[in-house]
Amino acid sequence: MKVRIDAGLCQGHGRCSDLAPGLFGEDEEGYGKVLGDGMVPPEKEDDARRVALNCPEHAIELTQGT
Amino acid sequence: MAVENRFAHDRWEKRDGESVGTVSEIVTDPVSDWAADFSHLAPEWSADVYPILDDLRQRCPIARTERFGGGWLPTRYEDVAAIAHDTEHFSSRSVIMGNFRPPRDLAPIGGSPPITSDPPFHHDARKLLLPTFTKAAVGRREASTRALCHSLIDAFDGRDVVDAANDYAQHIPIRVIADLLGFPPEDGPQFRQFVKNRLEGINLPQQERVTRMSALFHYLLTQVNNHLENPRDDLTTFLINAELRGQKLQASHIVGTMMLLLIAGMDTTWSAIGASLWHLARNPEDRRRLVAEPELLPTAVEEFLRAYAPVTMARLVKQDMYFGGVDMKADDWILLSFPAANRDPAQFDRADDVIIDRQINQHAAFGLGIHRCLGSHLARMELRVALETWLERIPDFSLDDPSAVTWSTGQVRGPRMLPLRIGA
Repeated sequence: MKVRIDAGLCQGHGRCSDLAPGLFGEDEEGYGKVLGDGMVPPEKEDDARRVALNCPEHAIELTQGT
Repeated sequence: MAVENRFAHDRWEKRDGESVGTVSEIVTDPVSDWAADFSHLAPEWSADVYPILDDLRQRCPIARTERFGGGWLPTRYEDVAAIAHDTEHFSSRSVIMGNFRPPRDLAPIGGSPPITSDPPFHHDARKLLLPTFTKAAVGRREASTRALCHSLIDAFDGRDVVDAANDYAQHIPIRVIADLLGFPPEDGPQFRQFVKNRLEGINLPQQERVTRMSALFHYLLTQVNNHLENPRDDLTTFLINAELRGQKLQASHIVGTMMLLLIAGMDTTWSAIGASLWHLARNPEDRRRLVAEPELLPTAVEEFLRAYAPVTMARLVKQDMYFGGVDMKADDWILLSFPAANRDPAQFDRADDVIIDRQINQHAAFGLGIHRCLGSHLARMELRVALETWLERIPDFSLDDPSAVTWSTGQVRGPRMLPLRIGA
């Protein structure tokens, strides 16, 4: 699984980095950013799904595959 | 040192106290038909707004009022979200629905940028402030916030009953905002009055409102002058020195932003802390669970924010338009109720239940779209630390007298008297 933030939708609510700090951080203006290459280890896939369902701006995209 | 030219009083006297704009008739009659004549100043609204919003959502769902010069109240999540995201048709030129509409040429800057700004100006005015309010920046204030919470509880000094609204919750954001802006902490009671005037003085006669606004402007100008003489590492000095598109900020922009931080940072967080303690005082099973499982608190905080969202915003319709089944006219108000959106059963399972371990919670307590609350991370930190410290020090508490609890009126909702009996 891979995660991506749609920068056109993100408003910096910060729910992603609260819920999955290993996958998401914030940039210097507080907008969400994906840490590393966005590949989600299998044990973190549930966290990634939870983040996507909690983002108030629907800015988190999950894709299957490598 | 001489006052810098841009702060000379006569240069912006015109804006001082809203001397131009449209004033509508003050109506204080009781509300008999919420669908056609709603008022966010009615006592029923203050006492318990949720049954009103739930009823309107089922049968309306966009309520109307002729008060305040005319306005609308959408109650479904879908409509609130659509309006919050649509800056093309809805202006933020004023975000407090009352009897005064600022002149149209105040857009796109508005009186308190960036909350009152529209695109494209909004983006740059907001960008300037964002680094001060990131989670990383806010985290540096956590230790002092926690120390303050402890000192407030120390001061309870063995009393059985404390007013958690006035003896605890209120002081936390006052101190945080005073530190942020570099204002004297002992001015707290004065800020409190300024904020109350602005948020709850909506139906006062216009002249009275202008007089009270002038007092706030002059207080802020005094603080600016103090910082010009004695610059320091705080947001006021930052704003005085900041540049936007190669120009220093106008005095009206600086003072307007200071006013925003003072007003938006104070009653809102005070309300969220108070409403959460009110909930825990009435729901011992939730209280006991959070005492036993403090790691659940961040999840519970999101649920308190959803269920007791303190903030309702306002917009002004830009041009006549058809929206959600109603004909809106230019300059109609929209009362943008995030509390209504957050209780919409079409968006949330068991929307009226407070579920402190709710896993899916796409709430809109901090708004949606480009005006997402600038201070949301600060507010979350204050709320979490305030509850964590309280529960650690005072695990047992209950409402002393439910009938003594009072709630604010207008667009920010929270307890203003909250007597709690502490100890088992």
